[in-house]
Amino acid sequence: MAPLIVVGTGLAGYTFAKEFRKLDAERPLLLLTSDDGRNYSKPMLSTGFGKAKTADELAMNDATAMAAQLKADVRVNVRVEQIDATAKTLTLDNGEVLPYSTLVLAWGAEVFRPPMKGDAQDAVYSVNDLLDYAAFREALEGKKRVAIIGGGLIGCEFANDLSLGGFTPTVIEPMGRALPTLLPEASSAAVQAGLQALGVTFEFGAFASEVNRTDNGVQVVLSDGRRIDADVVLSAVGLRPRIATAKAAGIVVNRGVVTDRYLKTSADDIYAIGDCAEVEGLVLLYVLPLMAEARALAKTLTGQPTQVDYPPMPVAIKTPACPVVVSPPPVGVEGTWTVEGEGASTTALFHDAQGVLRGFALTGEATAQKTALAKRLPSMLG
Amino acid sequence: MNKWECIVCGFIYDEAKGLPEEGIAPGTKWEDIPADWVCPDCGVGKEDFEMVKL
Repeated sequence: MAPLIVVGTGLAGYTFAKEFRKLDAERPLLLLTSDDGRNYSKPMLSTGFGKAKTADELAMNDATAMAAQLKADVRVNVRVEQIDATAKTLTLDNGEVLPYSTLVLAWGAEVFRPPMKGDAQDAVYSVNDLLDYAAFREALEGKKRVAIIGGGLIGCEFANDLSLGGFTPTVIEPMGRALPTLLPEASSAAVQAGLQALGVTFEFGAFASEVNRTDNGVQVVLSDGRRIDADVVLSAVGLRPRIATAKAAGIVVNRGVVTDRYLKTSADDIYAIGDCAEVEGLVLLYVLPLMAEARALAKTLTGQPTQVDYPPMPVAIKTPACPVVVSPPPVGVEGTWTVEGEGASTTALFHDAQGVLRGFALTGEATAQKTALAKRLPSMLG
Repeated sequence: MNKWECIVCGFIYDEAKGLPEEGIAPGTKWEDIPADWVCPDCGVGKEDFEMVKL
């Protein structure tokens, strides 16, 4: 019988395989990855400098060890070029055709990089997986100044972590504050103050339009003419679910690969989980939903059809200089923020027009209220 | 009293502090936490925690 094939060995792919094996020890399982298949935790990539961990130290197991642990085949350095949902086959970049009985897409999200001009594009890094992290660390060897493009979650986490690792980051954010899409203004101010106290500089209100080589490093030119000298540039603008290969196969996509609550795509026997999936309209690039999806799908594919439930899932942002926990209001819900507290510790609550609590943002010591507030939120799904 | 770190997200469970807001009293040993407990930040199970050496 053709194997169950999982495309991707990030947290989604490996977690699904682990959960599946708890319920079915026999069915042939094949995992494909375009990288080296080492098992690592992506959230740890933005705390690695503070902990002085190399990429090798962040890797927990290699592909061979994972294959043994999962009783699966793990094929590394292969890319899926094409899916034939009718013949139920995959075509790899080496031309090989693989039949599947069931296909699970867990290939994640890719870095979105706005176009920039200039002759130092090769000094612009992104960190989206362990290999990226290794390359970025190597580029920083003996360097000091890092320009970070983007003041969102990844940009702020890296600003904090790089500071702890002895670097001096400058964060470039076109909107006027840190974490602008996740937090109300007063909460942003608390995070900024925390990071500034660590030595982080913010450049707000313009976007990075150019990066050029200079005598002793690079220079980022902003859209209003400001210039920032740096040694290395980190682009942390955002992630987009990978959809192209699914779309080409005729699978319905929107922002992500569209699935129902069983994680099933529009094609028979093809499922999607993790950062590439859009589950009932929700694209959530976090670990908590991914774990819920992996567990539900493992049950579904072992004979117990199970819809994924999303309880309230607050996101912890790893900025130890000023910790943040946020549960953003659902997209499209109208309402108002009310903020209490001052300095580093702020509590922001978002109520809808009916006065129902729909989201919150906590900074500093106020993050201790996370569990109590999460209990008051409605479920996201289910 | 020990501390345990989630290897996926870095969340730390400190036995001395417990997690009173989740009904786990201060002083609760790791082995006394229910087997189906999951990391409050990322949802992984107890098997994905390691003891932190201090």
